[in-house]
Amino acid sequence: MDFAALQQQLCDRQTTCVELTERYLAKIEKGVHLNAFIFVMRDQALQRAAEVDRKIAKGVAGRLAGMVIGVKDNLALTNTLTTCGSRILHNFVAPYDATVLRKLAQEDAIFIGKTNLDEFAMGSSSETSIFGAVKNPIDPQRVAGGSSGGSAAAVAAGMCTAALGSDTGGSIRQPASFCGIVGLKPTYGRVSRYGLFAYASSFDQIGPLTRTVGDSAHILQVIAGCDPQDSTAVDTAVPDYQQALQRSIVGLKIGLPREYFTTGLDPQVETVLNKTVEKLRNGGAQVVEVSLPHSRYAVAAYYILATAEASSNLERYDGMRYGYRAGHVRSLEETYVKSRSQGFGDEVKRRIMLGTYVLSAGYYDAYYRRAQQVRTLVKGDFDAALEQVDCLLTPTAPTPAFCLHEKLDDPLSMYLSDIYTVSVNLAGLPALSVPAGTDSKGLPIGAQLIARPFDEETLFAVGQFVQNP
Amino acid sequence: MPYEPVIGLEVHIQLSTVSKIFCSCSTRFGAAPNTQVCPVCAGLPGVLPVLNRKVVEFAVRLGLATQCHINRKAVFARKNYFYPDLPKGYQISQFDLPFCQDGKIDIEVEGKVKAIRINRIHAEEDAGKSMHAETYVAAGETLVDLNRCGVPLLEVVSEPDIFSPQEAHAYLSCFRRLVRYLEICDGNMEEGSLRCDANISLRPVGTTALGVKTEIKNMNSFSHVEKALAYEISRQAELLERGERIVQETRLWNDGRGITESMRAKEFSHDYRYFPEPDLVPVEIDSQWIDRTRAEMPELPAAKRQRFIGDYSLSTADAEVLTEDRRLAEYFEAVVRESGDARTAATWVLGELLRALNERKHTIEQLRATPAHLAALLKLVAAGGINRAIARETFAIMLESGQMPDEIIRERGWSQINDSQVLEKAVDAVIAECPDETAAFRNGKEKVFGFLMGQVMRRTRGQANPQQLEQLLRQKLDDGNKRY
Repeated sequence: MDFAALQQQLCDRQTTCVELTERYLAKIEKGVHLNAFIFVMRDQALQRAAEVDRKIAKGVAGRLAGMVIGVKDNLALTNTLTTCGSRILHNFVAPYDATVLRKLAQEDAIFIGKTNLDEFAMGSSSETSIFGAVKNPIDPQRVAGGSSGGSAAAVAAGMCTAALGSDTGGSIRQPASFCGIVGLKPTYGRVSRYGLFAYASSFDQIGPLTRTVGDSAHILQVIAGCDPQDSTAVDTAVPDYQQALQRSIVGLKIGLPREYFTTGLDPQVETVLNKTVEKLRNGGAQVVEVSLPHSRYAVAAYYILATAEASSNLERYDGMRYGYRAGHVRSLEETYVKSRSQGFGDEVKRRIMLGTYVLSAGYYDAYYRRAQQVRTLVKGDFDAALEQVDCLLTPTAPTPAFCLHEKLDDPLSMYLSDIYTVSVNLAGLPALSVPAGTDSKGLPIGAQLIARPFDEETLFAVGQFVQNP
Repeated sequence: MPYEPVIGLEVHIQLSTVSKIFCSCSTRFGAAPNTQVCPVCAGLPGVLPVLNRKVVEFAVRLGLATQCHINRKAVFARKNYFYPDLPKGYQISQFDLPFCQDGKIDIEVEGKVKAIRINRIHAEEDAGKSMHAETYVAAGETLVDLNRCGVPLLEVVSEPDIFSPQEAHAYLSCFRRLVRYLEICDGNMEEGSLRCDANISLRPVGTTALGVKTEIKNMNSFSHVEKALAYEISRQAELLERGERIVQETRLWNDGRGITESMRAKEFSHDYRYFPEPDLVPVEIDSQWIDRTRAEMPELPAAKRQRFIGDYSLSTADAEVLTEDRRLAEYFEAVVRESGDARTAATWVLGELLRALNERKHTIEQLRATPAHLAALLKLVAAGGINRAIARETFAIMLESGQMPDEIIRERGWSQINDSQVLEKAVDAVIAECPDETAAFRNGKEKVFGFLMGQVMRRTRGQANPQQLEQLLRQKLDDGNKRY
């Protein structure tokens, strides 16, 4: 049932927010082995649900009344822990709300808990959290994807209506693809980042994970827009996304980037994508081949730039003012070294070291500056392609969900699972992963749609068409 | 071998904005520790900086006043290092594209004007304050006050164009006057709102290559700067004389011992890993913004001084003092406008007014006597309503009470006595009372005249018109002479 149907039921008094929340809480309990939530806000959620029910009765409820949301645990929410899945923030309670959460609360969304993730959103499998790995509801032997794996698993397992994630190199889209749901990474600047614990500031973007494209549109409608507390949130009008869902795809031009359909792509993923192409053609869209010649440099450039920013963003976790502080230290330097060595996990340390290295004197030009140049070229590729077509269609990930531990000790193969998603973050474009089919084992496979900056409308129109049977 | 020093100065000024550079916390100095802090300046996870426009305006103002090129696109950068008073682990500063570049400041040493080139002016956030030895800090403990975190700073880097401690002093005082005129910084070095670091090296006189430099920090007043530079010159010269090498290092001025001391190398061997700040967009400064700022610029000290010399026929020295402080200059000009007499206005402002300010340790804004008060007083003197002595007393009362001078004089019955009959009576009485002095004068003892004048003044409680009185007294004394 999508959110529109749910709201109808609430409106018709067939159910209540409290009932709904209880149902989700029961699902969470039943699926506790999936480890989707770091903690559940049971009492707060029920209390809030009762409040919203009263508002519905009075006819003064907000646009998202009845929307029960899981929040990725790297978003600040007053009076709750925000851990980023890391020991270093094991006891951190933010004294303020992320802008997106404030906006959602204003429209009477109900927060049900904080979802699990890769530590500091650095990962593609949600296995590196100190709270343990998230498991895929479709096949608990497999990963849910990452880093917003907890959010994806929670939505897929019916533990909430929708969830928020953050996407730096594919962290919303890839888990959405692995769990068979819809994941939107909005245009960089479409949604305020205030309150998102930064991984890589020039890439991070908050977005919804939902069961349907329509629900995604509902949430974006509320969270999009400029914010006086985020200079990088852009002041452009927020269109009516529900209207975009009604748009026809007849005559739309859709591009297939040649470079995305070569080696490394799982044949079953390719098959599903081909079927999607057929469906779009049959629906009246024109599908053509385009080229993104600098794609092969994207992963390298991404891991240089994102880790450079991360190395700086994570400097504040020094054991001084909040979070984990190592005991038995004799000097300031030892406090830093031990707190950070013990507080961060291996993958986070790996990225901090990589980022520190590429910014170091003597290496900046060879790495950081060159990677910036690549970023410009990648962006240029997309600009050129999106001049010819209205949007691009690609696989979201090269494979369906892989097994737990399969790639944990092989960072490079883990990094390559983002190969189709990172370019989009380099270019700052909006992209949507929408379920397109399954493989022979029944594992979901997502298709990724990429549009021009601030043209989430096209993503919703095409996404809706792809998702509908 | 004679050496000459080559000095470049890095001056940091705390901008007198109401709020911090990236959040809306107050910048007020002296508040209780950690009371002017929010999630943004405390560097909590998830927060983002938003640039205070005033900072850009102030930077452009200083850039224009120092004839800098204003970059149309300026970029903030992160300077990364760990320290407990730096809560984000990086300072937001500027690196590749600062607000202003390539300007100059004209200084004057021993009557000669010299241009000191400015390399760059960039904006950054201040760090917090580590407190080691305050009353409420236990021994061996360090506490951190984050109030200062995010207070806006401009760093102004000069080229190595300064060749003596005197020139360094002249540069700093010129610079301080300038920022005070521009009202972007209070220029208070003791409170740390103006801080100065120096780079200094020596080279044989007549050569052009630069020697190995040291960086001197911890100079908290103009005299520290002069003393530290003089010390460092002799220290480096001695080393060079002995054939030793200068070590490139940071040295701290120890004012108590009167020497510079090496800071341990470890503490400053930072690799700051600068990179563009991704949380802020580049600042676009269009020509309209620059033009508007230019139009709002006050007259600068050098121009004002020249104008005062020309318009008011003041001496260079008087013009210099009057233009040292923009408010004083404006006060003076307001008095001139209202009284119409620049010479007298200058005499009073430079004399009575400055004396009163110094005695009271007041700023000109704190005075209760406005330019209108002083102008009214000068007019009264000019019109013969009161004499100078009474005028001085009236001025003193005016400063305290803020009353207008005519009111003070009326209340106290102090108006000048111009009535010749009244004066004549007083003169006659004094001559009668002082036969010995009168006789002495008449016998040619001219000195006694002053005493007799004083006696009459006393009788009239100082209110006698002095010119009229003098004339009358002489006349009476001479009349007596004639009778013999």
